[in-house]
Amino acid sequence: MAGRDADKDQELKLLGVWSSPFVIRARVALNLKGLSYGYVEDDLDSKSELLLASNPVHRKVPVLLHDGRPVCESRVIVEYVDEAFPTSGPRLLPADPYRRAVARFWAAYVDDKLFTTWIPVYIGRTSEDRLEAARQVVAVLEKFEQAFEECSGGKAFFGGDAAGLVDVVLGGFLGWLRASQMMCGVRVIDPAKTPLLAAWADRFAALDGVREVIPDVQRLLEYNKMRRARHGLP
Amino acid sequence: MAEKGVKVFGMWASPMVIRVEWALRLKGVEYEYVDEDLANKSADLLRYNPVTKKVPVLVHDGKPIAESTIIVEYIDEAWKGGYPIMPADPYERARARFWARFAEEKCNAALYPIFTTTGEAQRKAVHEAQQCLKTLETALEGKKFFGGDAVGYLDIVVGWYAHWLPVVEEVIGASIVTDEELPLMKAWFDRFLAVDVVKAALPDRDRLVAANKARREQLLSA
Repeated sequence: MAGRDADKDQELKLLGVWSSPFVIRARVALNLKGLSYGYVEDDLDSKSELLLASNPVHRKVPVLLHDGRPVCESRVIVEYVDEAFPTSGPRLLPADPYRRAVARFWAAYVDDKLFTTWIPVYIGRTSEDRLEAARQVVAVLEKFEQAFEECSGGKAFFGGDAAGLVDVVLGGFLGWLRASQMMCGVRVIDPAKTPLLAAWADRFAALDGVREVIPDVQRLLEYNKMRRARHGLP
Repeated sequence: MAEKGVKVFGMWASPMVIRVEWALRLKGVEYEYVDEDLANKSADLLRYNPVTKKVPVLVHDGKPIAESTIIVEYIDEAWKGGYPIMPADPYERARARFWARFAEEKCNAALYPIFTTTGEAQRKAVHEAQQCLKTLETALEGKKFFGGDAVGYLDIVVGWYAHWLPVVEEVIGASIVTDEELPLMKAWFDRFLAVDVVKAALPDRDRLVAANKARREQLLSA
């Protein structure tokens, strides 16, 4: 966990910001694997030298530093953590190649489809734009309901008995997905529409290692209001 | 009766599809290729990939996998004993995946406007794309291929540039990958296209030029 002095040279260091779903998934992966790491809170308005030097291509968080070597891109970090520390904690990806491919497909779908569909909920100009986006998010989550059935095999997580890649990648968004209801009035994870997913969300969010890093909805709402005000949005 | 064998659903002009073919050929895996008309997708394609409905789809003993980069990793893992596609070291794997994402998200997005613009807008688009490719080129430094001495995952993912970008250059009448701007990439194009399995799967260049010329006219007149 983030207990050590972050300035000391350590084996694992994660650069992030508390609100980013991409950072949260990296933290969750490290936590579920039971790995100790230093967490460094960066400032996106005033990025640290370390961040700029470690990720010169994108200048984004999260960045994982392992013995000083940077790993960038959140899904790449999650797979890296699983592969570099194979005996630490549960495997986030299954052993079977086909199941791995299915997990990777849905993990990619979180970013390629869910996140892109959700963005206007966050930064859409009008309340109609935000509402429409939220409705589309519900439709995408219906696909994840099917994915859950396919991947879980009747067990508690997308990964089966233990949380895996898809749980971690999708789970990083739970704070923002919950906040969406207050942002535009639509409950995007709706137990009536996606019962398995709703149950999974509560279950996953309650896990040790997850609970501590999912941001408080109120804090996210205030953050969103602040960002919107900065862009001159209502 | 359980479905056996390997099938690839593709489209002749798709760079994403060719990645899958290169990976299978490197492993020496025989496969049946099914060419799709994307304006009239087959029932099989829609059944195997109901979520995105896109090509390529690999079907291995009846089980479908979608998304070309995911399919390439699957091929490496499912035929583990054969040609090594992914690097062995986890850090190198992370770097290869990082650059693959960069190419897919940034370089491809930077290349597209070149095709849809003319004049000054196009010159600007070419410059932007070159900057992107220069960043990608840093992953080649000191090596014959992105994978090192031999073709690897990243070569497979970005290898389509070697065949397609010269086609785009011919269609738009301008250069993108030149010895002056992108010397390492240009040299890699030649080495990559000389690889037997790469050559074996390339779509016909003239047909590609004709199709891209027609597409560009269509886009510019819209």
